[in-house]
Amino acid sequence: MAKKQQTSKRLGSVEALEALRKAILASRDPDKPCVTVCGGTGCHSFGSEGVSDAFKEEIKKNKLDAKVEVKVTGCHGFCEKGPLVVIKPADIFYQKVNLKDVPEIVAETIIKGNIIDRLLYTDPDTGQKITYEPEVPFYKKQKRLVFGNNGLIDPTRIDDYIAVGGYAALGKALSNMSPEGIINEVKKAGLRGRGGGGFPTGDKWQSCRDAEGEKRYVICNCDEGDPGAFMDRSLMEGNPHSVLEGMIIGAYAIGSHEGYIYVRNEYPLAVKNAQTAIEQAEEYGLLGKNILGSGFDFSVRISRGGGAFVCGESTALMASLEGKVGEPRAKYVHTVDKGLWEQPTNLNNVETWANVPLIIGNGADWYAKIGSEGSNGTKIFSLVGKIKNTGLIEVPMGITLREIIYGIGGGIPDGKKFKAVQTGGPSGGCIPESLLDLPVDFDRLDKAGSMMGSGGMIIMDEDSCMVDIAKYFINFLEDESCGKCVPCREGLRRMSQILTDITEGRGKDGDIDLLERLSATLVDSSLCALGSTAPNPVLTTLRYFRDEYEAHIKEKRCPAGVCKALVTYSIDEEKCPGCGLCVKACPVEAITDMGKKKPVVLDQEKCIKCGACYDVCKLGAVIRK
Amino acid sequence: MKAEVKPDKQKIKSILARYQSDPGMLVPILQDVQAEYNYLPREALVLVGQGLEVPLSQVYSVASFFKAFSLKPRGRHLINVCLGTACHVRGAGRVIDEIKRELGIRSGETTEDLKYTLETVNCVGACALGPIVVIDGNYSGQMTGSKVKPLLESYK
Amino acid sequence: MVTLTIDGRKLKAEEGQTILQVAEDNNIYIPTLCHNEAVKPYGACRLCLVEITRRGREKLVASCLYEVEDGLEVKTGSDRVVSNRRMLMELLLARCPNNKEIQDLARRLGVEETSFQQDDKQCILCALCVRVCQEVVGVSAISLVNRGVDRQMGTPYYEPSDVCIGCGSCAYVCPVGAIDFKDVGDTRYIKWPSSQMDFKLKKCKTCGGYWIPERQLEYMIEQTGLPPGTFDNCPDCR
Ligand SMILES: Cc1cc2nc3c(=O)[nH]c(=O)nc-3n(C[C@H](O)[C@H](O)[C@H](O)COP(=O)(O)O)c2cc1C
Ligand code: FES
Ligand code: FES
Repeated sequence: MAKKQQTSKRLGSVEALEALRKAILASRDPDKPCVTVCGGTGCHSFGSEGVSDAFKEEIKKNKLDAKVEVKVTGCHGFCEKGPLVVIKPADIFYQKVNLKDVPEIVAETIIKGNIIDRLLYTDPDTGQKITYEPEVPFYKKQKRLVFGNNGLIDPTRIDDYIAVGGYAALGKALSNMSPEGIINEVKKAGLRGRGGGGFPTGDKWQSCRDAEGEKRYVICNCDEGDPGAFMDRSLMEGNPHSVLEGMIIGAYAIGSHEGYIYVRNEYPLAVKNAQTAIEQAEEYGLLGKNILGSGFDFSVRISRGGGAFVCGESTALMASLEGKVGEPRAKYVHTVDKGLWEQPTNLNNVETWANVPLIIGNGADWYAKIGSEGSNGTKIFSLVGKIKNTGLIEVPMGITLREIIYGIGGGIPDGKKFKAVQTGGPSGGCIPESLLDLPVDFDRLDKAGSMMGSGGMIIMDEDSCMVDIAKYFINFLEDESCGKCVPCREGLRRMSQILTDITEGRGKDGDIDLLERLSATLVDSSLCALGSTAPNPVLTTLRYFRDEYEAHIKEKRCPAGVCKALVTYSIDEEKCPGCGLCVKACPVEAITDMGKKKPVVLDQEKCIKCGACYDVCKLGAVIRK
Repeated sequence: MKAEVKPDKQKIKSILARYQSDPGMLVPILQDVQAEYNYLPREALVLVGQGLEVPLSQVYSVASFFKAFSLKPRGRHLINVCLGTACHVRGAGRVIDEIKRELGIRSGETTEDLKYTLETVNCVGACALGPIVVIDGNYSGQMTGSKVKPLLESYK
Repeated sequence: MVTLTIDGRKLKAEEGQTILQVAEDNNIYIPTLCHNEAVKPYGACRLCLVEITRRGREKLVASCLYEVEDGLEVKTGSDRVVSNRRMLMELLLARCPNNKEIQDLARRLGVEETSFQQDDKQCILCALCVRVCQEVVGVSAISLVNRGVDRQMGTPYYEPSDVCIGCGSCAYVCPVGAIDFKDVGDTRYIKWPSSQMDFKLKKCKTCGGYWIPERQLEYMIEQTGLPPGTFDNCPDCR
């Protein structure tokens, strides 16, 4: 039974794929209203699943099943305002949609065509309500080439992907292009790896194709270990077929017949959607033997990582794929020559793969026009931290940090002052306000001492302590170091000890010097890039925020009020009306209510400096110094 | 401490069969075993090693390397505090301090009554809502120290 | 054949040789801790770093892993090499301040004391023991356990291993003497940093001296397929 179905769905040629696309489009009415509910992790945690179920229910109740479609899509990017609902074809954009709002949306907007003002997004700058998704400033300034389809398709339905032009690039590659031709096109497009290093993708493919071996492997790196980045996850969850299509094209160009997708196990939905996508692509004959009748065979398996940042590193990832401990090895022999099972292996990041169909479909010349000198195309960033509009954004490379942070991100919330932006994850660095007009691309971020990395962009305001941030990353890396080589294992531990001493008031003269000497050794002598880039957060904060280190060491003071050991909480008796909110909030009964209208009393002995009182007091009567 | 679970030979066999007993699939296999027993029982590691013809020392090495694996039985409720960068700058440190204080355990540990296990994770992809605490797969966003107690109490 | 220069000396070497091998063949000293000819190079201690010039650019590489190429220029004692080595030695000395071998090597490399807080460990995690047990003995009784700063070497669960044959190769190859190994009467004791085992020894049929763990004997018979009587006598009496 199942088998029969399989053979009947198989697309035997590129023409058959195009015929299917026509048939899918013909069966769909572009004017039919469609409620798309974002099912990305952010919206999901705001309760979007209930919202989409409620829509289905409500639409059934109104007997609109045949007339209105409900679609759960991947992440739209504007996670801050979730759950997001977009009503097509008009693209009416509702934010923070509640279960209770659903009947009203159906009755008013879908049936009568009225807009519900309350659910619209308000532009904080102009105070204006915005009705349509593309007009929201957050989206307006983006260029969503790779990420755009996320909001249009149900990731579990291959037909949705085909309807938006999916697999056409594969058809083109298989029918009209030679493997060399594809590689040249990718080289000409100037695509650089989105996984961190920015290595030219075409060159990597070429080396792998030229390497000697019995077999070649291609791998998709979806380990996404950068703590604060989630674009790979959102792509894999929201549009897995675009990644698969890129991999199939790449495999054809490289001459590989076996591929792997290595996904973090913390991303269960990405695992599931990738698995579904593989099965559907197999059914259609887009994976497996004789793809689209071209004679080319390629299959893909999924492997799940087990929670180890270092496994994002190419050689560690391959060791883990072989069932071994995820330890990197020296790369004097490159993985394109000897990678997985000692065979030539080409590893690319999720986003890199997802760029490939765009390049093949639209041509290298089109692609090369986007972006900046030496960094073509777009990049997806996760804009998080102390920023108004948190979420995933896709922008052309070369855009300035200022445009991202203020134009798209809407600036810093609560009237606070911007302090720094951390890019590149644990291997990256902190960039100060003076460099806000820096165009964001591979080379210029490098020059500033940071790096592109996977695209995490964490915004910090005046309340963030830069020594604490450096300590945070060093502790993260200490925890994630595989422990194989001495500089990384022992060095990070010592750096962490020194930074802990500094943030806890035990800093001493010479600490900064020692940090710098240690950093130099890590950079020079570590076995892999985890260790050799690990000092970046320390080095950049020392470069741009040295005064904060000195305040901690010399004055035993944390200017931002973050480092617990260096701050004390006290009550401003002038301001405290004795409302007692802090008394309730204090988990250790360190604050005593002295009666109505009398200021509360804080017992320093009992205080554990958790900051609960500071958080609940809206009158500024709790002082943190 | 709870007694070691005695894993079912048949179950382990069927997990191995899912991956054609391919030693390269050791990590996903251990994940499936853990999904079954909530941790990696000792006897299961022995069976997996035998099934894949991989020395026990190597299985143990892999099992203890990856953070996702637990070699000890875990509590009924798994608390995962996100310590990703976005959550960190929004105060995740104070949230986890409060959980530790409330439960009297450190991360990686299980409460005496086997009710909670506390673990940390780096970015669960919901940075917009940080700080995030995930309990048994359910996300609680915009956490603060004072929300900890009521949240824990909602898991009986 | 390739030609290369090490510290200004023009040398000839076989293709596929590492810088370290060529240096050793020519009596040029490069410090190492995780290297041993018996097993594959591993590149963990980083002490063997040397500076090479390639396409006009200088960089540090681990000489135990880097294969020589024609025209390669190597410096084993440049300032950059020396300062890295010293920092590495400081780190090791902080980890194992009371280890004699580490103290001696540190002194030899010009390091008298460490800038860091001191621990009191013996094992430097070079994994030679683990690699010998796996690659040479073929038993894999021990492995590296845990990750990163928590890493240790040990038997599974730090308990007596079912497969260890007590051959003592691990103790023999340890560069810093972190594994205790002694025969007392009819028993062999092996003490790793985190676990220990004892083994019953077998008597030589001729001289009556205890000479080999019973388990090792069984393993040898199984591996070689020779008749059980082959190893009745110790090597001296054979
Ligand atoms: C410690 C470490 C962690 C890494 N983690 C990731 C990751 O999570 N995802 C990723 O795509 N690349 C990661 N990389 C980079 C990969 O090693 C590799 O360069 C990349 O996947 C290649 O793909 P690209 O050329 O498409 O960028 C990491 C590198 C290091 C050193
Ligand atoms: S940092 Fe916590 S969800 Fe991303
Ligand atoms: S001897 Fe080369 S790294 Fe240890």
